[in-house]
Amino acid sequence: MALSLRRLLRHETILAVLVVVALVVLAAQSERFFTADNLLNQGRLMSEVGLVALTMTFVIVTGGIDLSVGSMLGLSAILVGVFWKNVGLALPIAMVLAVGAGGLAGLLNGLIITRFKVPPLIATLATLALYRGLAEGISQSRSVRGYPEWFYALGQRDAAGVPVQVWIMLVAGLGSAAILGLTTFGRATYAVGANETAARFSGIAVDRTRLLVSTTRSDMGTGLELDVITAVVLGGTSIFGGKGTIMGTVLGLALIQALRSGLSLAGVKGDGTIVVIGLVLIGAILVSNLFGRDGDG
Amino acid sequence: MDAVATAALAPKNGRLARIFAAYGQELVVLGLLLAVIALSGAVNARFLSENNLNSIFSGNAYVAVAAIGMSMVIIAGHIDVSVGSLIGVLATISGTLAVRGYPIWVAWLASIVAGIAIQAVNGVLVAYARIPAIVVTLGMLSILKGGLISATSGAWITNLPPGFLLAQFRLFGILAPVWFAAILTVLAALWMRYSALGRSIYAVGGNPDAARAAGIQTKPTVVFVFALHGFFAGIAAILFASQLQVIQSTVPPNLELNVITASVIGGVSILGGTGTVIGSTLAAILFAAIGSSLIFLNVSAYWLKAVLGLLILVTVLADMARRRRAF
Repeated sequence: MALSLRRLLRHETILAVLVVVALVVLAAQSERFFTADNLLNQGRLMSEVGLVALTMTFVIVTGGIDLSVGSMLGLSAILVGVFWKNVGLALPIAMVLAVGAGGLAGLLNGLIITRFKVPPLIATLATLALYRGLAEGISQSRSVRGYPEWFYALGQRDAAGVPVQVWIMLVAGLGSAAILGLTTFGRATYAVGANETAARFSGIAVDRTRLLVSTTRSDMGTGLELDVITAVVLGGTSIFGGKGTIMGTVLGLALIQALRSGLSLAGVKGDGTIVVIGLVLIGAILVSNLFGRDGDG
Repeated sequence: MDAVATAALAPKNGRLARIFAAYGQELVVLGLLLAVIALSGAVNARFLSENNLNSIFSGNAYVAVAAIGMSMVIIAGHIDVSVGSLIGVLATISGTLAVRGYPIWVAWLASIVAGIAIQAVNGVLVAYARIPAIVVTLGMLSILKGGLISATSGAWITNLPPGFLLAQFRLFGILAPVWFAAILTVLAALWMRYSALGRSIYAVGGNPDAARAAGIQTKPTVVFVFALHGFFAGIAAILFASQLQVIQSTVPPNLELNVITASVIGGVSILGGTGTVIGSTLAAILFAAIGSSLIFLNVSAYWLKAVLGLLILVTVLADMARRRRAF
């Protein structure tokens, strides 16, 4: 235990050093980079992927994966509009219902995986198509506009000089870290991922843990899957489950965001950035497979 | 369901029962396909016009061809989510060469060779570097997608030489893509059933340890399966590129999902080890038929994806239920 803790610490230390190096290089490249405004803006840009990555850390730690995040998020977002504009509910109620629907979608994922023993990869591939299809069918691919001012404020305003999204991200990050690191549920999450059979024998409700993990993921975009999974895996969470921390995921996120803004400062366009992120994803696992294999596979 | 049917039929007609047990899912898909065609035809006779049937069978033929390779990959116990981006890249390479005046056969061959090479890289990373296929191919997806848009900025390729437009050739009045899908499906099905190498794909996916113990070299087999998948993707890309007079050099949206869905609905077990490529080809045609019938039945095409999503979910659940009964 102590050994693996030390190893986790080391992975995160390396990441932290990399983030600092990236920041120094970026600051040297452009004097506009190291301003409070720009840093807060970078934080705002990473908050959407970040929120999803926090819960994805839980999913991957249990040894699962979720490819349906992007379409789940899209479905929730569209339902806000449908409940508000077409059904005529008050916007706050519409928001709560849409988040609830997202939770329901996560619950369905969890039920398919635990009750019917469908591998998470395939189950969420199926629900990816289903949720995206529902979103397209319900909205007929039309977007809802004309929300009241305060609704946009959630995504665009500042509170005490810091973007609202960054606050939300901060609270969610601390909460997730506490749950995963300090609670029984968090420990059970690791146990299920590391060795499902052993976890069963020690009296942990494996299915319930997985189900709970799936349900708590009620998020909001499309095409996020890659960024999210890259951040989590880069953060040291093992794709085989049983290993990983929220701190690592946050550092992974920061590194990717630094990479993104660095590349755009260097004149690389958005599409070139996608290539680099793909390479980083494969490279990160390649390296961790070479150095940190403990028996499995 | 078919286990019950098998038991009921067994005493009376052993042969029929055996066929149903072996090809249950394929027969279900075939039945669904005939039902969709018959129902849509009954509601609107124009559905059965030669033009529409031709477009149903040839329009999704490239998906069927790509699904042959995908089925092999899934049967071997892996997955490839990069195939949609790959087909976009290969179509662009092939079209660009044709427009620049290279011989047509060079343009076609380039698509196939590049397909094999890229998928072999996936295979090596999966088999030898032991990175899960989902991670490798997710990374490859973004490399191919980002690379393609960076290189072409999404510009359309026009002025394709007429000889390049393979998908528009006809033989005995039937469009070339239909021939390709049919012939490749039959050849692949026979090869997988009767050749030693073909059968070893099932062994590797069904139980890798047992396969190794039986003397099958599992790692080279996995690389070979991915390379073969690249070959089919290369042909699919040529058919895709030559459907219209222009090539939109971007990644066709959701193509990988359609290909995987065709394989899974066609009866390729998501856990590896079982399934045939006949089912995936039928399933690809079924999608085209469902898509076309929604138009003829005046249902918004935006529901198509939801219908397919539901279909794949039900198929996966039925597959799991069937497996549990089998053990």
